[in-house]
Amino acid sequence: MANALDPHAAIVTTASGAGDGMLTTADGKPLARALARSQSRARRRAFLLVLPLLAFVVVTFVVPIGQMLQRSFYNDGFSANMPQLSAWFDQNPRGTEPDDAAWEALAGDLVASAEVRSIGVVGTRINYDVPGTRSLFTSTGRKVRGGIEPPYREALLEMDEDWGSARLWNAMREAATPITANFYLASLDRRRAEDGSIEQVPERQRVYVMLFMRTFWLSLLITGLTFILGFPVAHLLATLPMRKSNLLMILVLLPFWTSLLVRTTSWMVLLQQQGVINDILVWLGVIENGQRLQMIYNQTGTIIAMTHILLPFMILPLYSVMRTINPSYVRAARSLGATSWTAFRRIYFPQTLPGLGAGALLVFILAVGYYITPALVGGSSGQLISNLIAEHMTGTLNWSMAAALAALLLASVLILYWLYDRLVGIDNLKLG
Amino acid sequence: MAVPSYASPLERAWHYAYLVICGLIFFFLIAPIIVIIPLSFNAEPYFTFTDKMRSFDPEGYSLRWYDSLLTFGMVAPDGPRDAAWWADAWANAKWVKAAKNSIIIGLFSTILATVLGTLAALGLSRPEMPFRRAIMATLISPMIVPLIITATGMFFFYSNPCQLLGLFGLPTNCGRLAGTYLGVILAHATLGIPFVIITVTATLVGFDQSLNRAAASLGANPRTTFFRVTMPLILPGVISGALFAFVTSFDEVVAVLFIAGPDQQTIPRQMWNGIREQISPAILAVATLLVLFSIALLTTVELLRRRSERNRGITPH
Amino acid sequence: MKTTLILSTALAGMAFAATAQEVNVVSWGGAYEVSQVEAYNKPFAEQTGIKVNMIAADNPATPLKAQVEAGNITGDVFDIEVSDAIRLCDEGALVEIDPADLPPAPDGTPAAEDFIDGALQDCAVANIFWGTVIAYDTTKFEGNAPATAADFFDLEAFPGKRGLPKTPKRTLYLALIADGAAADEIYDLLGSEEGVERAFAKLDTIKNDVVWWEAGAQPVQLLADGEVTMATGYNGRFFDAMVGEGKPFAIIWDGQYMDLDMFAIPKDSPNPEAAMEYLKFATDTQRLADQAKYIAYGPARKSSAALVGLYQDGKTEMGPHMPTNPEYMTTAVMDDPEFWADHDAELTERFNSWLAGS
Repeated sequence: MANALDPHAAIVTTASGAGDGMLTTADGKPLARALARSQSRARRRAFLLVLPLLAFVVVTFVVPIGQMLQRSFYNDGFSANMPQLSAWFDQNPRGTEPDDAAWEALAGDLVASAEVRSIGVVGTRINYDVPGTRSLFTSTGRKVRGGIEPPYREALLEMDEDWGSARLWNAMREAATPITANFYLASLDRRRAEDGSIEQVPERQRVYVMLFMRTFWLSLLITGLTFILGFPVAHLLATLPMRKSNLLMILVLLPFWTSLLVRTTSWMVLLQQQGVINDILVWLGVIENGQRLQMIYNQTGTIIAMTHILLPFMILPLYSVMRTINPSYVRAARSLGATSWTAFRRIYFPQTLPGLGAGALLVFILAVGYYITPALVGGSSGQLISNLIAEHMTGTLNWSMAAALAALLLASVLILYWLYDRLVGIDNLKLG
Repeated sequence: MAVPSYASPLERAWHYAYLVICGLIFFFLIAPIIVIIPLSFNAEPYFTFTDKMRSFDPEGYSLRWYDSLLTFGMVAPDGPRDAAWWADAWANAKWVKAAKNSIIIGLFSTILATVLGTLAALGLSRPEMPFRRAIMATLISPMIVPLIITATGMFFFYSNPCQLLGLFGLPTNCGRLAGTYLGVILAHATLGIPFVIITVTATLVGFDQSLNRAAASLGANPRTTFFRVTMPLILPGVISGALFAFVTSFDEVVAVLFIAGPDQQTIPRQMWNGIREQISPAILAVATLLVLFSIALLTTVELLRRRSERNRGITPH
Repeated sequence: MKTTLILSTALAGMAFAATAQEVNVVSWGGAYEVSQVEAYNKPFAEQTGIKVNMIAADNPATPLKAQVEAGNITGDVFDIEVSDAIRLCDEGALVEIDPADLPPAPDGTPAAEDFIDGALQDCAVANIFWGTVIAYDTTKFEGNAPATAADFFDLEAFPGKRGLPKTPKRTLYLALIADGAAADEIYDLLGSEEGVERAFAKLDTIKNDVVWWEAGAQPVQLLADGEVTMATGYNGRFFDAMVGEGKPFAIIWDGQYMDLDMFAIPKDSPNPEAAMEYLKFATDTQRLADQAKYIAYGPARKSSAALVGLYQDGKTEMGPHMPTNPEYMTTAVMDDPEFWADHDAELTERFNSWLAGS
């Protein structure tokens, strides 16, 4: 820690007599205190250098992410627009049969909500928990826009008998408080049963758990492939003379710098059934014209295109580590009688592990969150969880669901990141 | 790299096989880039090699997509190509606008990311830095968090950035960042920061702190020390970080899809249109131009490096 | 410090620079966008001096909903489907439009009577009718051309991949029609569990041979590439490829799905006056008729029909290419906006689960 001393605090150690045995600086202050002060000043200075960026990232990144994740457990679509009924749920415990007051509150809220045109929002919120009920709200809303006569229970049941459904009332009770765990349940293919317990959704509606598994499995596969392809190339680049390796490096950097969209498009051109690769295979006589391979709009397409796109992220960190490996270690091993395989396995490979760790982490994490490429070349079997997040974001506009899925994805990525930091140390992340 | 003289025949064979494998992998890396170049001269508006192209019939090829880079979006594309025509193209052509936007956004976000990132990296590399790991993790997180999550979070926040001020009783409406240049620049700067941090801290790992002390002991103030001693030494790291940040911004489409308004359409956003809404090989023409530009840039950098090595009398090994 | 100041002023200037009169129109891109630019935007800019910015989207309702929810409206006029117009109107997101404000027909018939039924909604005005139809590559089926929706599902007689949109709205009905359901019972069936099951069961028979598309330009690309032999898509896009580019495609009009496209203006749009001006201009009789010169979509005003002439090439008669041609209407399924406003979310969820499951 010698350099922990502030260079400007000229510290002179004088042995100030043998009496108290305490070291002091030139101006007579105790050294320990001067040291502590100078260290805390150095700490402050270091922190001040980081502070602008930290503040910047917190405002432009951490806060937005936090704000979005809040949607995964907070949704006031119902509670804000149906205040009377929400209040009734507050006063009456679970299990209370809806009484006249409840029906009156419901009717009153429906009329008011239809008037200010927020009934669609209310229906959408309940529809998340009980699919198919959005229409109940919107159609009732249209009917009651002019007002509704008591008795309310009979009047509403007259319009649609679904208003009596216990499941619906349960869902409305759930939605009456804006904080809910239902979106997380749904992200795990679970839902609340009529008695409030948690059950799996019917088999033909289960999709998210399967997609999470598929996402992790494919990402793992892609990480493995980039390793298999990236390792020899990085090794070659690291052992060639600078001049040659820099030229070859252009071949790695060029795809890295070419737009992702263009690379994805060009894989479409290459892989489709009437595409370049199939044409070549037919021309070579490897396959018949009638049995052209289906390599795109399915998982294969996703795997090939993503492996290509992520390969430089594996090569660059591997290369930068391999450059620093001293070749004399391998030579020493060989001279001591190791075969080339043993020398590679026992001496060379272990030294590449930090680069491998960094590359694998980068590739895996980027793959898990990939969205554009699977959307364009993945068909239906090559879709990843991020595609459903995007679908919920931009298609069905169920942002709470998107946020819940995103939160689960984020949690798993963070666990991975933490593991990496433990095992390798985040400081060892290098790029070229 | 040569085969050592003590290698067995089997090892020699393996060595050549290894070179062939590497060649194939390089081909895998570069093939998709090569295939787009002829396609950008396709006479038809599709991404396919037509029969005419395959038989090298000149009719199958045309420059129409390169032409459309200028004419698409122009007010009067058919007029004679005089000064007014070029002014029209410069002001209205969609691709030209997109290029201008990409450059403006890329440039400012790179400056922002590089300046803040370099300062922070200097602080982080000081051994006395408190909460180092936690802060490092926070600063790198924009690279870790899946882009789709980041983009959506930013979309909501940038739509009404002052919403949270309400918690402190402050006014909650102060305009919006979504749909403005500033918003896209901030978003792209955030995405570029991890790259700057990683490359600059990596350079600083090998940085000898005693050089700073030597400068200080010779009477240089911290400012001079930084610009005359530290900066020249970490410059390669800073430049490569800045390049990464620029490329990140230049190739970014997800955040742009969510945050940008009609005025901030960038090249990748325009390409997205070209793939999804309106199939157009114009994107391949753009890509070809960009690839040529990258090759020129990379070669120049390499030549400059060689020259400086020669000048400094270092022989590459 | 000074540099920072200059920098931030420059940025602020870019962000908030006051622009001349303009209007941002979000539409569907492709050949359709071109037709709107030619028929609406150019004459509009000439007459009013207001600049029109066209923004393309896969489905303009998506950015519209997102912008409304985030309270961040950047578009002024959105070209959306009826069901979305009704739903967004229900949620209070759109400006209400009084038919009396719209220009009458040339003979003086008020707009309220001139527009076809359903073309005027509380918050939106229709411009065109369009069909989702099946198109096939004629070179692939020489001598034995497919002719019905059922043929689309017949992989043995008509081999090859199929292109279908990744949405329940334009796939489930087709499966039911192909399975023998009549056009007028589609919505009853889709409203029942058995009907939905039946539709998915029919889709299951071709699931492994479907290439799913999301944006209107994609089915045309898929057909042109030979990646699929038959695809459903928007009739105007196919028309553009067939007549405009000379591609060997043919259209099957059996079981077409007819939709209206509407212009709507969100509340709090950046240029509300220019937006209203544009909407009125673009839905007048002449403009709607002009659009047919550039794309094969049927005008939503009765008075426009008489003015529809030849395609821009000056020789192609538009009648046989219009989805509104009476011959093609017999088996057409009309879009039911009420049904989709209510059931879209639920069926989309079902559809996505079905799609992701292998």
